[in-house]
Amino acid sequence: MATVRFTANIQRHVQCDETIVAGATVRETLDNVFAGNPDARGYVLDDQAGLRKHMTVFVDGRAVRDRLRLTDPVRPDSMIYVFQALSGG
Amino acid sequence: MNDRLRVATRKGLFTIVRSGGGWAIETVDFIGDNVSLTLTDPRDGRLYAALDHGHFGVKMHRATNGVWEELPAPAYPPKPEDEIDVDSWGRTVKWSTLRIWALAAGGPDEPGVLWCGTLPGGLFRSEDHGASWNIVRSLWDHPLRKKWMGGGADWPGLHSICVDPRDSKCVTVAVSTGGVWFTPDSGVSWELRGQGMRADYFPPELVHDPISQDVHCLVQCRGAPQRMWIQHHNGIFISSDEGRTFRELMDVKPSAFGFPVVVHPREPDTAWFVPAVKDEKRYPVDGALAVNRTRDGGRTFEALRKGLPQTHAYDLVYRHALAIDDAGERLAFGSTTGGLWISEDQGDSWTSVSHTLPPIHGVRFG
Repeated sequence: MATVRFTANIQRHVQCDETIVAGATVRETLDNVFAGNPDARGYVLDDQAGLRKHMTVFVDGRAVRDRLRLTDPVRPDSMIYVFQALSGG
Repeated sequence: MNDRLRVATRKGLFTIVRSGGGWAIETVDFIGDNVSLTLTDPRDGRLYAALDHGHFGVKMHRATNGVWEELPAPAYPPKPEDEIDVDSWGRTVKWSTLRIWALAAGGPDEPGVLWCGTLPGGLFRSEDHGASWNIVRSLWDHPLRKKWMGGGADWPGLHSICVDPRDSKCVTVAVSTGGVWFTPDSGVSWELRGQGMRADYFPPELVHDPISQDVHCLVQCRGAPQRMWIQHHNGIFISSDEGRTFRELMDVKPSAFGFPVVVHPREPDTAWFVPAVKDEKRYPVDGALAVNRTRDGGRTFEALRKGLPQTHAYDLVYRHALAIDDAGERLAFGSTTGGLWISEDQGDSWTSVSHTLPPIHGVRFG
């Protein structure tokens, strides 16, 4: 099963522990994460379930290409990082 | 009279309290975070705060007896695969809440009902104090909605919601740009209103088209609901028939341009505005900050300046950043440069609370 880790910056809004879950695609994997942590979903995905504009997901060191449907494949031992750009003002 | 003021800013929600004859900051919630709007529900005292976390999206929080909790934010329904939704600039409209830009409590006969306006234009309704939200499909699916346009913001924004005090089912909303819309049945059906407004920067055939109007702010007099006031991109407009028709007020000095308007709760001819240089420069005329008041339905205006900076002031006041209290005596406004002023005499004189707050999005008594 894949390991999913979240950005430190999201933790002050909603706790996102490292999670080990099943899934053949990024969509399946994240759905399984959010099934156990539904409050986190809206911080990562927008209303249409695509990645938020400044959020990104790396699977084994590569940024996902399909940001809308999240169809990028995930291997059983994949390491997945969910994080974001940072800005302020 | 209200002794409490909520100030939504780029860096937190400030609560200002009157004590010992003066006003001072009592608490700061969400310090450092972007609070785009706030609402105190007059029916039950619950306090709402809309946050925009940027990367992490738009969120809604509610305080009950001073304890905050996060609620689900209004979310758009799944966009059908075959839906073609392109704005006037040719861009595909994303069905996703980009900003919460209006919050209003329903009537006293419908406790728990809240209305919420958003960018890119969706209107939402909650019947459970914000615990869940539904988009008002009748307006979102209205064929004329696709003629709404972004302008100052990239996407159209539904920013004003007026619940008729005589009948809570009658609600009037305004869109920048997209005109004035009225429902007689809590959002089952909609009628485009706003005849008489003028947008002189549009092609000639669209100048008077109600759908083309860039309403910056719409308010309704509680004691005389037939009276509505609009601060429009193009000027100031007044209605005496619940927004069906409007009349433009000409030659308003120092400027007819601005964003906010408030109306006295019982005196429909009395309203306040904060004028600015038209139209893309947007700073007080001659760098001298003023609040414009009419007491005669717009025949004359007084530029109120006592206590406001009159040299090198570059404060712009956003559409939600001017407020009047329930008694119609106290006013407050906040600026993009972090200035906050309060008047206890209907604007005749002003007292500065702070010059160093973050940029202010919204100001509300209660």
